[in-house]
Amino acid sequence: MALTYDLGRAPDLSAFLRKDKDGTANLDLLVKGARCAACMSKIETAIAGLPDVAAARLNLTEGRLSVRFGGARGDAGRVIDTLDKLGYPATPFDPAKAMEAHDKESRRLILALAVAGFGAGNAMMFSVPVWAGLFGQELGPATRSVMLWLSAIVATPCALYAGLPFFESAWRSLKAGRANMDVPISIGVILTLFISFVETFLNGRDAYFDAAVSLLFLLLIGRWLDHRLRARARSAAADLLALQAPAATVLGTDGLERIKPLSEVAVGDRILVRPGERIPVDGFVEDGVSELDNALLTGETTPVDLRPGDTCRAGSVNLTGQLRILAIARSEDSAVAAIARLVEAGAQTKSLYVRLADKAASIYVPVIHSMAALTLFGGLAYGLGPRESLLRAAALLIITCPCALGLAVPAVQITASARLFRKGVLVKSGAALERLAEVDHVVFDKTGVLTEGRPRLIEAPASAIALAAPLARTSAHPLARALAAQAGPGPRATEVIETAGQGVEGLIEGQRVRLGRASFVGLEGVRAGDTELWFASEDDTPIRFRFSDQLRPDAAQTIADLRSLGLTVEILSGDLEGPVSRAAQTLHVDHWRSGQTPQDKAAAIDELTAQGRKVLMVGDGLNDTAALAKAHAAMAPGGALDASQNAADLVFSGKALSAVADSIRVARAARSRALENFGFSAVYNVGAIPLAMLGFVNPLIAALAMSGSSLVVTLNALRMHGAGKN
Amino acid sequence: MGIILILAPISVAIGLAGLAAFWWTLRNGQYDDPAGDAARILMDDSDNQIH
Repeated sequence: MALTYDLGRAPDLSAFLRKDKDGTANLDLLVKGARCAACMSKIETAIAGLPDVAAARLNLTEGRLSVRFGGARGDAGRVIDTLDKLGYPATPFDPAKAMEAHDKESRRLILALAVAGFGAGNAMMFSVPVWAGLFGQELGPATRSVMLWLSAIVATPCALYAGLPFFESAWRSLKAGRANMDVPISIGVILTLFISFVETFLNGRDAYFDAAVSLLFLLLIGRWLDHRLRARARSAAADLLALQAPAATVLGTDGLERIKPLSEVAVGDRILVRPGERIPVDGFVEDGVSELDNALLTGETTPVDLRPGDTCRAGSVNLTGQLRILAIARSEDSAVAAIARLVEAGAQTKSLYVRLADKAASIYVPVIHSMAALTLFGGLAYGLGPRESLLRAAALLIITCPCALGLAVPAVQITASARLFRKGVLVKSGAALERLAEVDHVVFDKTGVLTEGRPRLIEAPASAIALAAPLARTSAHPLARALAAQAGPGPRATEVIETAGQGVEGLIEGQRVRLGRASFVGLEGVRAGDTELWFASEDDTPIRFRFSDQLRPDAAQTIADLRSLGLTVEILSGDLEGPVSRAAQTLHVDHWRSGQTPQDKAAAIDELTAQGRKVLMVGDGLNDTAALAKAHAAMAPGGALDASQNAADLVFSGKALSAVADSIRVARAARSRALENFGFSAVYNVGAIPLAMLGFVNPLIAALAMSGSSLVVTLNALRMHGAGKN
Repeated sequence: MGIILILAPISVAIGLAGLAAFWWTLRNGQYDDPAGDAARILMDDSDNQIH
């Protein structure tokens, strides 16, 4: 939602200013629509040119504008206003602390990756002569010893630093009484380093310094890919959150307007809501007449009238007139909050989902560890001596390293989500893709998902469109906008007066004309259909325009596609029975329910889940958020309410509903690639374990096997690029 | 043998220098806005820096 401001009496936005260490004020804004070098230069020049602004810099990747003011105070309203005039709606936001912490984690992983890369390369440099010595025995014992020590000096600090993320995670998991994949990794690395030191000291057979570091290097690639995937989605989600809680215009007792963050709005505050803005908290209308668009809140397509004395709920959009409302609930107590709690409950059940890699780890960890123990004790029993037995056990841990396992899933998921990203689908996490692949039943919301979510002109005399268009262009009402969109650009009527909830009146070529409800053009007794507009010039008979929320052009095709993928389809809508049954008939969907409340929808999902179905929920409204959060997987269109986008696993932009079927195809392909990779790892380990037990593994074989298996897994993941095509 | 003892530390030192340079670019925020940096090179002036 873009905040709009009247020039001349820009409201006070100082709550969003952030003080620097030296006391200067800073402002962070999310700017929509800035995509190119020209936009960047235009925005930066315009904002830096404002009198009290010291500097402005746009981060084009994230669409964030940082503004530094000259002094301790700054006029944030003017900055936003200037951006608005340039054509870029902007919203102030508070860069969350969680985001910064997250960014730190990303930097730490990259640095660990760089250190491991350095360590692997340089330790390998000293290992190659030793490997060469394996065949020709040309290396003198003293030189060999020097090479091993040099390798140890380079590799050990690198391995200890680069291994920290794994050691910490393993420790956390052990403290919680579980063993994740990081436990064998940590034990493997530490044991390998220890044994290699002993062997180097005793001038023994093998030392695996380079293997320990390159193992970490390969694993860190997987770890970083996974992190990047989540980071991108999390920053998108954080942006949405920042946008979702923008601000309310509060009228002070002194008559001044103040923009307050939603969390600071108190019961009893008087709030000004301009046309086009969202109602910030539940309230009681004191002044003003308007219509409310509840589409995102309840799924109803027709606007509701609002008069002084009526109550309005947070989340609905004020359409035609300016309203002054008295806050009767705080933001967290508003009707929206009840839904938010349902969403939280749903998110919790989702976090219980066990990811593929963790399932694999739960088999892998005990098997590998008992094999290593078997090697150690078997060797001792066989009379190999503790040193040789320990060496073989360590070699087993190193060569069965879960590099391939650690890379198997992230590599596939990052290619899959990059593929979907190009199609306009944002994947929020790897787990989301895994869940989407398991889905067997799809539940659609109607308004805004199967339909376009906005009215379109369906019936009118062709000549009348051009006649009424100049007047329609002056109004922000959805029906008038639909009429204007149909007519295209053109002249606008003059001397326009808009009567909230009734219609607009103006002058076209000297003629006084009216556009609005039947009663507004002087027709009495006509059944006042809400999805129609009447147009009348002074003495002609009024002309009727009928509108309807049209199905998306590819809705039928998408549903057919989903059926061919073996999925069943159902419609759950909050709208009235008539429109829902019509849509269901056109789309040949047998199962549909209308008049569903948010609780009904969530209950329906629970019911399906109890029957053992894995449900994909596709919805856009606030009334869908609970269902979105409860469903096994969830998708929301880009036009959806921010809360819905937050509750969904995937967000698709663009008009095409076909993204739903495409996403399922790609997710399924990703799942098979990941399973193939696991299969390959299993085969590889079945071959590697006996070799290590029998003592045939030396550092050269370990290095080749490790990088070889990781390469195979990565190449298989890259096959995803071709997946999901029809 | 002697030459190895001289060359080996030098090669490690060069590697460390590369690592340090990478660390500096990371701290310097050079990977924060790849799209913006790609576009900024086409702009004439870039004196409005914020770090």
